[in-house]
Amino acid sequence: MRHRQLIAVTAALAAGALTLTACGSRDGGNSAGDGGNTTVVIGVDAPLTGDLSALGLGIKNSADLAAKQANEKKYVKGVTFKIQALDDQAQASSGQQNATKLTADKDVLGVVGPLNSSVSESMQKVFDDAKLAQISPANTSPSLTQGPKWAEGQKVRTYKSYFRTATTDAIQGPFAAQYLFNKAGKKKVFIIDDKKTYGAGLAGTFKGEFTKLGGAVAGEGHIDPESKDFSAIVTQVKSSGADVVYYGGEYPAAGPLSKQIKASGANIPLVGGDGIYDKKFVELAGDAATGDFSTSVGAPVESLPSAKEFVANYTKAGYKDPFAAYGGYSYDSAWAVIEAVKKVVDANNGKLPSDARAKVLEAVQGVSFDGVTGKVSFDEFGDATNKQLTVYKVDGGEWKSVESGTYGG
Amino acid sequence: MHELPQQLVNGLLLGSMYGLVAIGYTMVYGIVQLINFAHGEIFMTGGFGALTVWLMLPGGTTMWVALPLMLIGAIIVATLIAVGAERFAYRPLRSAPRLAPLITAIGLSIVLQQAVWAWYPDAKSSVVFPEIPGGPFHIGSITIQTGDVFLLLAAPVSMAFLGFFVKKTRTGRGMQATAQDPDTAKLMGINTDRIITVAFALGATFAAVGAVAYGLKYGEVNYRMGFILGLKAFTAAVLGGIGNIYGAMIGGIVLGLAETLTTAYIADVPGMSQLGGQSWGNTWAFVLLILVLLFRPQGLLGERVADRA
Repeated sequence: MRHRQLIAVTAALAAGALTLTACGSRDGGNSAGDGGNTTVVIGVDAPLTGDLSALGLGIKNSADLAAKQANEKKYVKGVTFKIQALDDQAQASSGQQNATKLTADKDVLGVVGPLNSSVSESMQKVFDDAKLAQISPANTSPSLTQGPKWAEGQKVRTYKSYFRTATTDAIQGPFAAQYLFNKAGKKKVFIIDDKKTYGAGLAGTFKGEFTKLGGAVAGEGHIDPESKDFSAIVTQVKSSGADVVYYGGEYPAAGPLSKQIKASGANIPLVGGDGIYDKKFVELAGDAATGDFSTSVGAPVESLPSAKEFVANYTKAGYKDPFAAYGGYSYDSAWAVIEAVKKVVDANNGKLPSDARAKVLEAVQGVSFDGVTGKVSFDEFGDATNKQLTVYKVDGGEWKSVESGTYGG
Repeated sequence: MHELPQQLVNGLLLGSMYGLVAIGYTMVYGIVQLINFAHGEIFMTGGFGALTVWLMLPGGTTMWVALPLMLIGAIIVATLIAVGAERFAYRPLRSAPRLAPLITAIGLSIVLQQAVWAWYPDAKSSVVFPEIPGGPFHIGSITIQTGDVFLLLAAPVSMAFLGFFVKKTRTGRGMQATAQDPDTAKLMGINTDRIITVAFALGATFAAVGAVAYGLKYGEVNYRMGFILGLKAFTAAVLGGIGNIYGAMIGGIVLGLAETLTTAYIADVPGMSQLGGQSWGNTWAFVLLILVLLFRPQGLLGERVADRA
């Protein structure tokens, strides 16, 4: 296994080095003087291949759509936006390489992504050192913005360059707990997570709220998402007598897990966070998915009036893959960068200043506009001020929204 | 502990799958002393072969008709790739130092994974595999899924077939002879090149059966499914005694049981709750491997072929 990884890493490094040289040679002609059209690159980092690519491709396409719209409307005069999308394969190591690559290209003034909180952890410092604004449409781990001791109330922002349009697990887990306990009448939960930053964090915040409400924890377990055999834990779930399973993790493991739970004869719903809110979950779980719940950040994109235009434009642009769970947030993330660039350019007589990155970063902190998902602005930690969440339920082979709300604390 | 019978069945099923794949490692090692690290990927291509057949069949075909055809498709694809790999990647390196074919195998494994990823339609993430309809079967407190029945039947049937083949047929005895001493076997008129090809083909056949079982059991196949499973199967082959075909199956079952039982019960041991769960299950499986190799370096059943100097 080590051998294979070593070889994979070497190959990736070699390929990365080749592309870097290629980039370097292209740069020269771009920054031609006044009146000429300046190109601003918005970096995108997401898993474009592998298990999570359904979500990643939605992020990439939506950011691309934002850039195209800005160009079409000539939103920032004299500036053409372009995206450069890199694949992180949901791996922290690839994410960090991509971050380094993006910071090396001086035309990159903002980055949208990544999908995974664990990947973000490896990228934050790279971007912060380069004063390059990073806006994630999907990261939900609270420690990314509020520091490692957020749970004890010592909220400290570690990186000034990091923002997100997604809501955090500190809200999402408890929101799910309240819904299950108060509305769905579930009193005994079996909690499973995949030990990743996202999954374990989500399971932790869910458990805290569920027990506080008076719910019982029938059992806890951890699975290895690389394996697809969950029979040992499924057997425990069945004999624990739980009436609901909460899973902290993503759909590639959640789909088979839901299927195996139902097949064992335990007819109880599986509930997860935004990581399982994808149609691939329903595909992988098959009929077993019926009745499963998930929570996801924001109101359902399709239902917001502000989102109608986004959905229409996305369809018109003819992307092959759906915008998936984070499309609206990715569009808004990219648009926040565009908005910031506009502010900077307008303040500098229609030209990009020499310290464009630092200026854009400053401007991102102050953006406020009506986006696809509602009002987009960031608080003192870089978190979205919009804290809406929605419960979804699988019905007839697809996710249907049940109710939206904000978590009151 | 009331769920113990079910956990034993879970372990047995997982282990049978490891065993089916482990046979390929052990046979190739027994005859050419090569650890064919691409075997996990041959298993994976078998899964995609079966899936392709299913997708080509007209919609609404019952599984009773589809399953045998899928099995044949899986075996053809896996065997062709394994035999092709032997002919074009390993045979030119047969007299090279042992590390050369080993590295080739690792490279081949990456190539196969990436080829499926790049060229198989919609294989960039998990692809849904058809299921056998019909509810689960209940025996006392044990539940067995319809898809698992295939595995429960396929594993012993495959073993019986292989045992018969190696012991009773001319080719099988040729394999034993080649394993013991390839030069002498050649002098005795055995076409060792053919024997080696047969060993690769047989290993691939069992891997293909395992891959169909995987698809039926978990309802999906993906381009990375052979990676971890291949490693586990290789471990099973070493655990049982590499070179010994019965050892591969025994090793697989022991490994599967160890993984399942530690996942389920280690957390209940006082003071060990941090070491439970599935990711630790893998750790315990390897702890078992180390313990077995410490006391029985030749594996549980030992290697039946004579080791060459």
